[in-house]
Amino acid sequence: MTTGLKAKHQRLILIMIALAALIGAGLLAAYALRNQASYFYVPAQMVSEPPAPGQAVRLGGMVQTGSLKTEADGVTFAFVVGDGEATVPVRFAGILPDLFVEGSGVVAEGRLDTSGTFVADNLLAKHDENYVPRELEDMTEHQAQQVVAETTASEQDPGA
Amino acid sequence: MIAELGLAALWLAAALAVLQLVAGALAQREGGAELAAMVRPAAIVQGILAGFSFLMLLILFAQTDLSVKLVAMNSHSAKPMIFKLSGAFGNHEGSMLLWITVMALAGALIAAVERRLPEKTMLATLAAQAFVGIGFYAFLLLSSNPFERLPTPAMEGMGLNPLLQDIGLVFHPPTLYVGYVGLSVAFSFAVGALLTRQVTPDFARAMRPWVLGAWIFLTLGITAGSYWAYYELGWGGWWFWDPVENASLMPWLAATALLHSASVLASRDALRAWTIMLGVVAFSMSMVGTFLVRSGILTSVHAFAVDPERGTFILGLLVIYIGGALLLFALRAGTVSEGERFSLTSREGALVFNNVMLSAILGIVLLGTLYPLVTEAFDVRVSVGPPYFNPVGAIFVVPMLMVMAVGPLLRWRKDSITRIRLPIAIIGAVTLAALILVSLLSSIAILPLLGLVLAIGLAIASFMPMRGRKLRLLPIATWGMMIAHFGIAVALFGMASESAFSEETLAAVEVGGDADIGPWNVVLSEVRPTAGPNWTALEGRMMVSYKGGAATEIDPQSRNFWAPPQETTESALVTRWNGQLYAVIGRQAGEGRWQLRLWWKPFVTFIWYGGMLVALGGVLALIGRLMADLKRRSIRSRVAVRRAETVK
Repeated sequence: MTTGLKAKHQRLILIMIALAALIGAGLLAAYALRNQASYFYVPAQMVSEPPAPGQAVRLGGMVQTGSLKTEADGVTFAFVVGDGEATVPVRFAGILPDLFVEGSGVVAEGRLDTSGTFVADNLLAKHDENYVPRELEDMTEHQAQQVVAETTASEQDPGA
Repeated sequence: MIAELGLAALWLAAALAVLQLVAGALAQREGGAELAAMVRPAAIVQGILAGFSFLMLLILFAQTDLSVKLVAMNSHSAKPMIFKLSGAFGNHEGSMLLWITVMALAGALIAAVERRLPEKTMLATLAAQAFVGIGFYAFLLLSSNPFERLPTPAMEGMGLNPLLQDIGLVFHPPTLYVGYVGLSVAFSFAVGALLTRQVTPDFARAMRPWVLGAWIFLTLGITAGSYWAYYELGWGGWWFWDPVENASLMPWLAATALLHSASVLASRDALRAWTIMLGVVAFSMSMVGTFLVRSGILTSVHAFAVDPERGTFILGLLVIYIGGALLLFALRAGTVSEGERFSLTSREGALVFNNVMLSAILGIVLLGTLYPLVTEAFDVRVSVGPPYFNPVGAIFVVPMLMVMAVGPLLRWRKDSITRIRLPIAIIGAVTLAALILVSLLSSIAILPLLGLVLAIGLAIASFMPMRGRKLRLLPIATWGMMIAHFGIAVALFGMASESAFSEETLAAVEVGGDADIGPWNVVLSEVRPTAGPNWTALEGRMMVSYKGGAATEIDPQSRNFWAPPQETTESALVTRWNGQLYAVIGRQAGEGRWQLRLWWKPFVTFIWYGGMLVALGGVLALIGRLMADLKRRSIRSRVAVRRAETVK
């Protein structure tokens, strides 16, 4: 087939095929990334401009003190995630990750259901005691202060 | 004293790297013979000094010398000895020292044994190796000194992240690093060959064993890392498309492509520029991976310290080395003359196809890994996971696997499909039968279905090259290829089976109660406290039985480490030939009940058996290549002796 072609031509054809495949891969990746990447929300955003129910997103915030409840089956949990401006109720069936505690940061992967509850498939809690979910580092200063105020207040409050 | 010795050795090694670079570069000119004689010894001594420096760090950790900052920050006197030692590279500074040590030792090894290439090319190669090394020495000495002393010694160390206190960590990082950094040799060879315009089959033959060696370690490192994540993180998953996992996968993909294109260059003198390009890309991917992991730009269990200064430093090195090598490639690639031609239906044609597919997959993984960083610049936070990587990757993996089944049956240069129609028909029939059988018996998603079916087809196809050949005469390297390809099929089968047939249950069980998962029955017979050298734990004693057979005891734990304070989940596994039972104990669920999470994962172990088979194939290929090379060398020397005799 191509043996009849000149060496230059074969090289050119090879380069064209390789480029076409790579550009194809790039375009495909770009297209898929636009659709498949799951977006990150903080509670304030989730309340003001909620994602479509069923769309895979991540929700990040602080687990509100006193909000964690275990349901009768012993393995389903309900808690509230907040960022100082708004709160979102979350449901999760599974074993809570190590070091998942009230008053600390969490990122929940899942989707919003029609009633406005966030159903989490997976909780990404910190790997060690110094970890703040990366997405939370960027909270506005006001939000951060609120969170700090809440957590310190709850520690001082013996009733909490 | 030991810390000072280590630091001094490190500075000396860095100085020798400078000498090696300058002498190697000047020797490229006419009349540099005296300088040329210094290059190989400099590389060898540099390797020894770096190795000595790393040894000193190990001693400091073994003694828990708390006057050294790194030890005080990352170790603890109550840790078991093996984790004290592995803690030496379970942190930023130590792991960078391990990186540079591996790199220096690799350079020393090529300086000591590699004599197949023209000396000038070798000197250029060693100079390139030193040039890359200098950047990392500077990084270590100026911004991450592992031997820094504290003004006053600490009373006690801060301990090591408990997730890292695992036997997996003892072997996983060094293995991965040997692979990762071993690719620097391919990079230096490529640069050396470009500088001296010596892109020849001999160059490919010289480079191939080094790439093969690095690739074997990478394969083992990734396999071990995946198994470690699987049992240690307690989520039952074996691959998370975590940026750090991708950082090890990308060099592997590039190195796999490089191995195959180097074999085309070695046997057929084709794909010259492409092979050089892959040599540059493979190590570039290692450096990109190091940047992603070490800069702390991505959050992960691997990102030890977040320090923007260090990130900028590595980014600078990245731009210099990758940019420089690509610039050199752009300038010189045109002067690398065209290699031999080949027909599209030929061994070369199939290898080119697979090379392009591997590069496309590499591109997809790279884009998916970097995309969150790019969008972040525009203040949009996204995360990219399996919904992106699996289907988009499959678009290129599937055709690659199909060509991989047929390629080894084709002849070099020119062949026809009709010549191999019988084996193709057999493979096709088996694959089709598997497709019909699996889709009739179960209803599974399209990707796992494709994976299962292709794995079966590929497993048959991988041994087809034996057809019609005397097994005794089959070269060892060919056995290596067959076993490695078979290993891919085995691993693929495990992945597809895990994703298609895994069962999971979550239950709150009281002591004495039981739960069913797949063919297993699990009885929680006791929950008791237990303790280790630096942790306490709640241990669940479970009696598990497969299809009503005899019960086996397993004891998953929920551990509390106290230095640093942290909880970890220690899963318990029961391995059968046809799969694994995976059990995790959670918290108390109230009313005396305990949370249990159980998985039955049919054939999940095939994933790691497959990985080990791939590595074994690599080892066989390496042995085969080295033996063939020794034979060639002894023939050459005999011919030389005979010639000398006839001249007399």
